Amino acid sequence: MRYSAFGLIKEALSGHKGWRPQWRDAAPKPAYDYVIIGGGGHGLATAYYLAKEFGGARIAVLEKGWIGGGNVGRNTTIIRSNYLLDGNEPFYEFSLKLWENLEQDLNYNAMVSQRGILNLIHSDAQRDAARRRGNAMILNGSDAELLDTAGVRAMYPFLNFDDARFPIKGGLLHRRGGTVRHDAVAWGYARGADQRGVDIIQNCEVTGLRIDGGKVCGVETSRGYIGAGKVGVSVAGNSSRVMALAGMRLPIESHVLQAFVSEGLKPFIPGVITYGAGHFYCSQSDKGGLVFGGDIDMYNSYAQRGNLPVVEDVVESGMSLIPALGRARLLRSWGGIMDMSMDGSPFIDKTHIDGLYFNGGWCYGGFKATPAAGYCFAHLLKTDRPHETATAYRLDRFMTGRMIDEKGQGAQPNLH
Amino acid sequence: MIINHPLLGPRDAQEFTYLGDAGLMNRPYWLSETALQQFHDYLYLRQNPAGEHRELWFHEQGDRSWLVVTRNTVTHEILKVELARDVALANRAANTPQEALQ
Repeated sequence: MRYSAFGLIKEALSGHKGWRPQWRDAAPKPAYDYVIIGGGGHGLATAYYLAKEFGGARIAVLEKGWIGGGNVGRNTTIIRSNYLLDGNEPFYEFSLKLWENLEQDLNYNAMVSQRGILNLIHSDAQRDAARRRGNAMILNGSDAELLDTAGVRAMYPFLNFDDARFPIKGGLLHRRGGTVRHDAVAWGYARGADQRGVDIIQNCEVTGLRIDGGKVCGVETSRGYIGAGKVGVSVAGNSSRVMALAGMRLPIESHVLQAFVSEGLKPFIPGVITYGAGHFYCSQSDKGGLVFGGDIDMYNSYAQRGNLPVVEDVVESGMSLIPALGRARLLRSWGGIMDMSMDGSPFIDKTHIDGLYFNGGWCYGGFKATPAAGYCFAHLLKTDRPHETATAYRLDRFMTGRMIDEKGQGAQPNLH
Repeated sequence: MIINHPLLGPRDAQEFTYLGDAGLMNRPYWLSETALQQFHDYLYLRQNPAGEHRELWFHEQGDRSWLVVTRNTVTHEILKVELARDVALANRAANTPQEALQ
């Protein structure tokens, strides 16, 4: 069933009785050509692009819980292409281009809203860094504008411009960045993949990988053994646990990142504001809640909840930038588990085991990468060659000295 | 989280800085035949368990001691706290051949 304005009117007039489930609740078959472990945004996008762009095959997505219940349902919905390094910026620009065409492609309202992202500048050194980053973005086909204080004030007059420690000296504005309805991304990809014959198997936890003679031949699951030609692992947050089933250790630590939503307010923040000095970012959802976040909790965690000191720290940062935030009630907070990699950059690569592929290590930038990560992972699964925008995301880059240390923190995952 | 410091008693975890896996105390021997691979694994690869995890915490805003904290990464429960110094001395007493060379 395709969605259309006509269909919506028809359903509205007939009591909304004609809507059907958006994907089948598939039962596992004995074998598939491709098995994707992980039914999050990345796993579903991988299955979708594998089925759509790279030819028909028997494809299954295995999800231990339900679709959209992992990190894709636990983020702050921001999309952007404002990276600096050559290994990164073309990839995120590719992702942003896919976002721009996502709704037409999926025939699904994912509420892609290019409301603009503003990175604030507080010192001359930061202005130099922002100018360099902006130039790198423009050279890679993205967009960037350098604003002075007056320019920022015209957009967001309520910010704390005269903060003694971090006065606002300007900002780097990335107009094509914005937000997307995160649940709709998972649902849209699930529906699109299902329509192209992908089996989406929920409540199916992978408990083992069957490897024979250095080649993967299937997966053990809570719903029985499933044979597989190729297995793609896309389980951010649990990457270490799943890859340990194949005896691999990864350059990854799991950490929790908390996010917050305030009560609903009248619209006053049209775009996304990021505040690097205090490490705080904020946007306003279509329902009016302020959606914001800050630092990770700094220690290894699989808990999907944070601790109170970081709540206090993030809210303090927020109030130092937007004093009015102190008047709003905090409705809820939650935590997601992320793969913090050793240089802050992701992996899309083959492993040393034939037929086993890995996509992970997205730190807290996995959501904006969803379409491109899916596309590039599908490309790798199909052709055994990396997509041209993802050639740098190798697992062996620490051994070969080709790290992509975007933030310059070295091998300190909790600082990325 | 409250870390029960062996010398100072219960302290708020906010006084500490986290370094990561306690395995970082076991630096590979630099003249080993396989030193390159060993240092790569030591620096970058992690077991990253869901459950019990031995890790290093630095009492930066306290007595500046290093602790080895055994903590459950799923529940955040702290099971054991030791002085890193004691752990290092115990490791040395175990006297692996590699350390004997050093």
